[in-house]
Amino acid sequence: MSSMAHTGRRSPARAEPSAVRWVLLSLALGFIFLFLLLPLAAVFVEAFRKGWGGYLAAFAEPEALSAIQLTLITAVIAVPCNLVFGVAAAWAIAKFDFPGKSALTTLIDLPFSVSPVVAGLVYVLMFGAHGWFGPWLMAHDIKIIFALPGMVLATTFVTFPFVARELLPLMQSQGTDEEQASMVLGASGWQTFWHVTLPNIRWGLLYGVILCNARAMGEFGAVSVVSGHIRGQTNTVPLHIEILYNEYQSVAAFAVATLLTLLALVTLVVKSLVEWQFERQQQAAKRLSPERPSHNEER
Amino acid sequence: MASSLATSPAAAPAGVRKSRRVLPGFKLTLGFTLFYLSVIVLIPLSGLFAKTLTMDWRHFVDAVSSPRVMASYRLTFGASFLAALINTFFGLIIAWILVRYDFFGKKLIDSLVDLPFALPTAVAGISLTALLASNGWVGSLLEPYGIALAFNPNGVVIALTFIGLPFVVRTVQPVLEDCEQELEEAAMCLGASAWQTFSHVVFPTIAPALLTGFAMAFARGVGEYGSVIFIAGNMPMVSEITPLVIIGKLEQYDYAGATAVASVLLMASFVLLLVINGLQSWQRQRLGAQT
Repeated sequence: MSSMAHTGRRSPARAEPSAVRWVLLSLALGFIFLFLLLPLAAVFVEAFRKGWGGYLAAFAEPEALSAIQLTLITAVIAVPCNLVFGVAAAWAIAKFDFPGKSALTTLIDLPFSVSPVVAGLVYVLMFGAHGWFGPWLMAHDIKIIFALPGMVLATTFVTFPFVARELLPLMQSQGTDEEQASMVLGASGWQTFWHVTLPNIRWGLLYGVILCNARAMGEFGAVSVVSGHIRGQTNTVPLHIEILYNEYQSVAAFAVATLLTLLALVTLVVKSLVEWQFERQQQAAKRLSPERPSHNEER
Repeated sequence: MASSLATSPAAAPAGVRKSRRVLPGFKLTLGFTLFYLSVIVLIPLSGLFAKTLTMDWRHFVDAVSSPRVMASYRLTFGASFLAALINTFFGLIIAWILVRYDFFGKKLIDSLVDLPFALPTAVAGISLTALLASNGWVGSLLEPYGIALAFNPNGVVIALTFIGLPFVVRTVQPVLEDCEQELEEAAMCLGASAWQTFSHVVFPTIAPALLTGFAMAFARGVGEYGSVIFIAGNMPMVSEITPLVIIGKLEQYDYAGATAVASVLLMASFVLLLVINGLQSWQRQRLGAQT
């Protein structure tokens, strides 16, 4: 019903005077130009201020390469962990009823509202030299804070809800009919998940993972607290950008920043593709079974 | 492993429950969810509160209410409030044009709205600073008029506006799409002007979503760090946000002080989370009552 309302026919009740339309459009587009397009363009213009030579020179530094490597390692560990968690949590919450379900959903969202700086701090308090486990870790010569494990933990915390958040409403709207049919027909639990559930959620899952990955690679505040900024060792790409910028190596800072900006743009493209796919599926489902209501008021 | 769990429905209570528990994996997935949630989120967060409880009251109060910290609260909450207000106004207009109007490049603009979600905060920070500094594209235009937008509290508001931009748009947009055309037509037939139709019919429908978006943008702004520190100038008492105060205390090895201020920030986050949840369930009720 909603798709009818906002495309196609426009009722006279929805036709504002053309002056109003013009003002609203220019306000909105002006705001988007100033706050979204200009910052986006500035990244690339600043990065190429000294041409291709200056741009590429930023990546010749061993520190830049080690930062890229560390960012990749962090994301490769944190994203799959949150992926498995997201699928498990969405399965438990969407397919079953149990007491405390809404409280659990709220708790899963919790990392979204915690400041990244606080997220980093809680791990320092746990594993830092003065933390709860600090002396024990020191005695066993295990380094978590100012080392890779701490950065992975902080990144995992910050990107914790992404996959679960994408999957939950999707799986809730799909219900359990198809899985139950599959079980009744004799499929095992894994077969049901693999052949019935996964194909249904693959686009939402893909978007959740892509968004989770973009945030994992771009996380700054939380990682900054636990990293200790040891050059060539515990600097991720965002931290490397900060150092370059503070040392007035503006071109190099923006050159490295273009990597993360391109990642963000890819994320947006994937998101649009996923939404487009989802709409197509929705419409196909509507055409096949008109009597089956679709519930997806929240995304 | 799943097949062994598949036998568990036999143990489930009879009736409605039983039909749902035909699916396997409940104990496994819920168990893993709770375990992972505890290890990554709940235990570390409670560690922070446990640490706060070991402080004596006087120290705690001193740490969280020193003039420098108080100034940072005023800036953090004030700038977040202003930025959320700006985003509520423009977010509503953006959602409106995306839902109601057709124009060239609409799809592109629609996807671009999510940019602040996807762009790392540090990149946003240096980019906005480059634009607004006195030699930047925007800053150089404003400098002759004596307007400085970077390295002062204005910069904080601008960075937080960027960060919070998608929230209002994304909460209002779906509600506006589901707005029933018949109601607006009825209002027009009964002689209401376009403005009356908006303020009496459309606005009450989207108000909960608008408030939710405002609260989300505000909550995000309060905790934001990466984009702000580049543009703020970070002068104590003037343009130093609360997360930066925490980092400053950490760098001076004042773990107790950092923890105390962090616990205040965390409490604010909890309250905001509860408010947002309340607003969302209000919104669902409103929508449920209408359709």
